[in-house]
Amino acid sequence: MAVKTAAAVPRRPRVWWPLGFLLPALVLFVGLVVLPIVVALLLSFCSWNGSTQIQFVGLANWHQFVHDDSALAALQRTALLVIASLLIQEPIAMALGIYAAGRQRHRAVLTAIYFLPMLISAAALGILWGQLLSPVNGGIQYAGQNFGLVFLNHDWLGDPELVMATVIVLIAWEFIPFHSLLYQAGVRQIPTSIYEAAALDGIGPVRRLFSITIPMLRHTIVTSSTLNIVGSLTVFDLIYTLTGGGPGESTRVLALAQYLEGFNSLNFGYASVLAVVLGVAAVIVSVILVGVTGFGKMRSQAEGV
Amino acid sequence: MSGTREASPRSAGGSDRATSLLGSTPSRHARPTSRVAARLRRGGTWLAALIWLVVVGAPIYYMVVVSIEPPDEFLASNPWLPSGATLGNYGAVFDSGFARYLVNSVIVAGATTVLAVAVSLLAAYAIVIHTSRATGFVFRAFLIGFAVPIQALIIPLYLELLRLSLYDSLLGLILPMAAFSLPITILVLANFLREVPLSLVDAMRLDGAGPLRILWSLALPISWPAVATVGIFDFVTSWNNFLFPLILTQSPDNATVPLSVFNFQGNHFANVPQIMASVALATAPLLVLYLFARRRLISGLAAGFGS
Repeated sequence: MAVKTAAAVPRRPRVWWPLGFLLPALVLFVGLVVLPIVVALLLSFCSWNGSTQIQFVGLANWHQFVHDDSALAALQRTALLVIASLLIQEPIAMALGIYAAGRQRHRAVLTAIYFLPMLISAAALGILWGQLLSPVNGGIQYAGQNFGLVFLNHDWLGDPELVMATVIVLIAWEFIPFHSLLYQAGVRQIPTSIYEAAALDGIGPVRRLFSITIPMLRHTIVTSSTLNIVGSLTVFDLIYTLTGGGPGESTRVLALAQYLEGFNSLNFGYASVLAVVLGVAAVIVSVILVGVTGFGKMRSQAEGV
Repeated sequence: MSGTREASPRSAGGSDRATSLLGSTPSRHARPTSRVAARLRRGGTWLAALIWLVVVGAPIYYMVVVSIEPPDEFLASNPWLPSGATLGNYGAVFDSGFARYLVNSVIVAGATTVLAVAVSLLAAYAIVIHTSRATGFVFRAFLIGFAVPIQALIIPLYLELLRLSLYDSLLGLILPMAAFSLPITILVLANFLREVPLSLVDAMRLDGAGPLRILWSLALPISWPAVATVGIFDFVTSWNNFLFPLILTQSPDNATVPLSVFNFQGNHFANVPQIMASVALATAPLLVLYLFARRRLISGLAAGFGS
């Protein structure tokens, strides 16, 4: 490739400092991210209970997975969680983001409060909500019985029919602030001139929303949706501290199933199958949607304004 | 994709835009009917904003109120109103070793942040300043790591740290947390380092400055805002990390704050006010940080995503 002639002086002689600069990051990344990916794949063909020797068992774990009704149910719960989260969180987050983009003082104050759930660790949130929804003098139950809010009178965590809905709502409560932050940033980047032109043309607020704001936000919508899908696909902390996957298996989503299968039932080989399925699903979603994001980014830049 | 843009007021016209966006201000040429419609819309916006305030505020209010309630009165009273006020619940949380968990969390989150940012700064500098096929490949490899969820890798990590004799140690938390912070940290820093003028780099190089010297005295001062932003993101993420302490530690001495709250609930399951005090204490450090550095914290949380 690089033909050395007297005329073409090589611009950059071979230097070694970039390798030295990359090395610490590469060691950490290869050792603790790349190697675990390989080990997870290998373990899915092995049997290991945490203390004995790891044994190669071929496709046995994968065979078990294909015939496992409990795993199928976990997959269905995960799909429900992902779709419901997307449909519930994105519209609310967009509305809040548009609201929060305003620079009025009262909006700034309210927005500061709206963003608070982002700061609380998901594990602490699970415990806080577990107490709020407790049937033993929990705040929600008390409000249902004494404040006339009869629609609150349900066993939100104990009823297997209701508990997934509860989890979906609480995950929305946890993640909407982050997504509205993304939408706030997106709205603030829309050039004011477009709205001024629209106002001069006498275009009403509803049309401004659907013809200017939402189209201009499409890049944010894709980013937020990607993070939303991957986030709810892998959600663990809140469900684990709130229900532990129960009652029964009614909130056992994929991330919980692989944890419990491994660290509670000590079937690390079979748990690795579930982990690989989870990881592959997350990577596929990210790669597809990031591809779309790149496309959307190019388009929005090309259309400029 | 730059996380530093967010939260800094860019245009003075922002206020006008957002109001007109929601139709809060009636147009100058408005007919009477549309003025009524605008007023209705404004009322609707206020109502929705207040409903959301209650949705977000009520649980946080509940946490604080219950945490100061005397434990023996809690079950017989309205949990939404304090039947008495005591700081004893907080005392009980500290008696359970909370200070130790706090120190652990500061060490783990602090060391993770410093390690991730330092290592990423070196890598991002090499990727941006020395563009070649090799550095380009490494950059893309890191970006793919971005998509891999930590939840899917806890079993191999557990196995690996057992073999490395790092299981149940703070270092065994710091290294994986830093490793998983690398993709976002390198991405944000690399985007910012592209602003460093290459002519200045070359000038310093001709003056005989080595790459470390150029990074330290030219690139770092320029990229300081990005370092702060992504550092905050790394700190908050590792501070709130619950999964790694759950699977990679065993002895209570090595628990961090989020895990300690979970353990505390397991040990005091009947004492709701004390549990709420432990949740409140776990939340307090970031809330204090939020009070004093809201803009920085918010832009840090949006690091890399808010473009």
